[in-house]
Amino acid sequence: METFLLFISAIFVNNIVLAQYLGNCPYLGCSKEKGVAFGMGAAVIFVTIMATLFTHIIQQYVLFPFHLAYLQTIVFILVIAALVQFVEMFLKKMVPPLYKSLGIFLPLITTNCAVLGVAILVQRKEYDLVTSVIYAVAAATGFLLALILMAGIRERFEVTRIPRSMRGVPIGLVMAGLMSLAFMAFKGMIA
Amino acid sequence: MASLMKEFTKGLWKELPPFRLVLGLCPTLAVTNTANNGLGMGAAVIFVLALSNVIISLVRNIIPKKVRIVCFIAIAASLVVAVEMLMQAFAYPLYEQLGIFVPLIVVNCIILGRAEAFAAKNPPLLSLADGLGMGIGFTLSLTFLGAIRESFGAGTLFGVSLFGPDFEPFTFMVQAPGAFVCLGLILAGMNYLNIWQAKRKGIELDPNFDAGCSGCGACKAMDKLAAQKKLERLQPAKG
Repeated sequence: METFLLFISAIFVNNIVLAQYLGNCPYLGCSKEKGVAFGMGAAVIFVTIMATLFTHIIQQYVLFPFHLAYLQTIVFILVIAALVQFVEMFLKKMVPPLYKSLGIFLPLITTNCAVLGVAILVQRKEYDLVTSVIYAVAAATGFLLALILMAGIRERFEVTRIPRSMRGVPIGLVMAGLMSLAFMAFKGMIA
Repeated sequence: MASLMKEFTKGLWKELPPFRLVLGLCPTLAVTNTANNGLGMGAAVIFVLALSNVIISLVRNIIPKKVRIVCFIAIAASLVVAVEMLMQAFAYPLYEQLGIFVPLIVVNCIILGRAEAFAAKNPPLLSLADGLGMGIGFTLSLTFLGAIRESFGAGTLFGVSLFGPDFEPFTFMVQAPGAFVCLGLILAGMNYLNIWQAKRKGIELDPNFDAGCSGCGACKAMDKLAAQKKLERLQPAKG
């Protein structure tokens, strides 16, 4: 039950973009078209889960036993960068259709703060391996949800008359604020 | 000397990182609930950005082009680890306040953006000026946004009460929605200023004018893809 609550709260209540301010660059940059948003979201789910799994294992079995916890940041980012490379190569060789749809997004994900953010967050909260992975799935799903919702709204912007100085990023941010306000209502659902 | 000054001052207004280049949005939104946090975050970024710019500029001719991004990330990450340890030693309350956004300086687009756009092409001294200017611009912007949000949302500025005890805080401003809306309105204000200036000078602004994050190519690649997909969708209708 607790795990289920964690799952739901990570998607809706503590949405990674709208409540925790992570992954804003792709949120504003890749939300112009629903197809692109879905591809980006799917790639983020994939990489976040893998990254959380690997960094968790490394933290527990390498960094802690050897008292190297202070190297967390540098190890995690290099693991993520290497992982993204491997995933890209693996998909290209073994699952070409998936590579075709996710491939272009993968290199961009190395510097997506949502991936590194989730990996560090689960360490700070001291979750165990299973809980960490569940949290990663939920957080990345929340990212996908926010991205697709935003893309849907942004497609409407193109046929709307927006004041010139508000066009592009500013209206996107104001929109994100309103969405964040709406998502705050989910707080009552858990508490 | 003149060019040094130019590189330094461009970060303060002409290419102000979060407001003009729209770089590093995550920390800009996340840690500006008080002016003090904004200032602290900015200081950490100045340290990392100035040093990473200098180091990258020094090794720019040694790094093979293919692996340069990973090298930049590794350099930035080592500096961030140094900042983390310094903050733990000398500013622990601030470190606690900023939470995971201290390690996340690594993936802040300002660091990689400036490395790619400037430090990888220019000598160390110029890169230092660029890094310092951009870092100070970033700090000022964060402090400015933090001051607005703190004074409306909590009625204080740097912890000092502003409006007396009768003030009813506008809590919206210190929460997530307030951060988004506030930054959005500031960006709109900057755009308005740009348009107004261009009109006064009689320059025609680019009709596709959009304050995008010009530092990282990610969005541009996405834009291209979105446009392509749209074309594909439109094609059958035309044919």
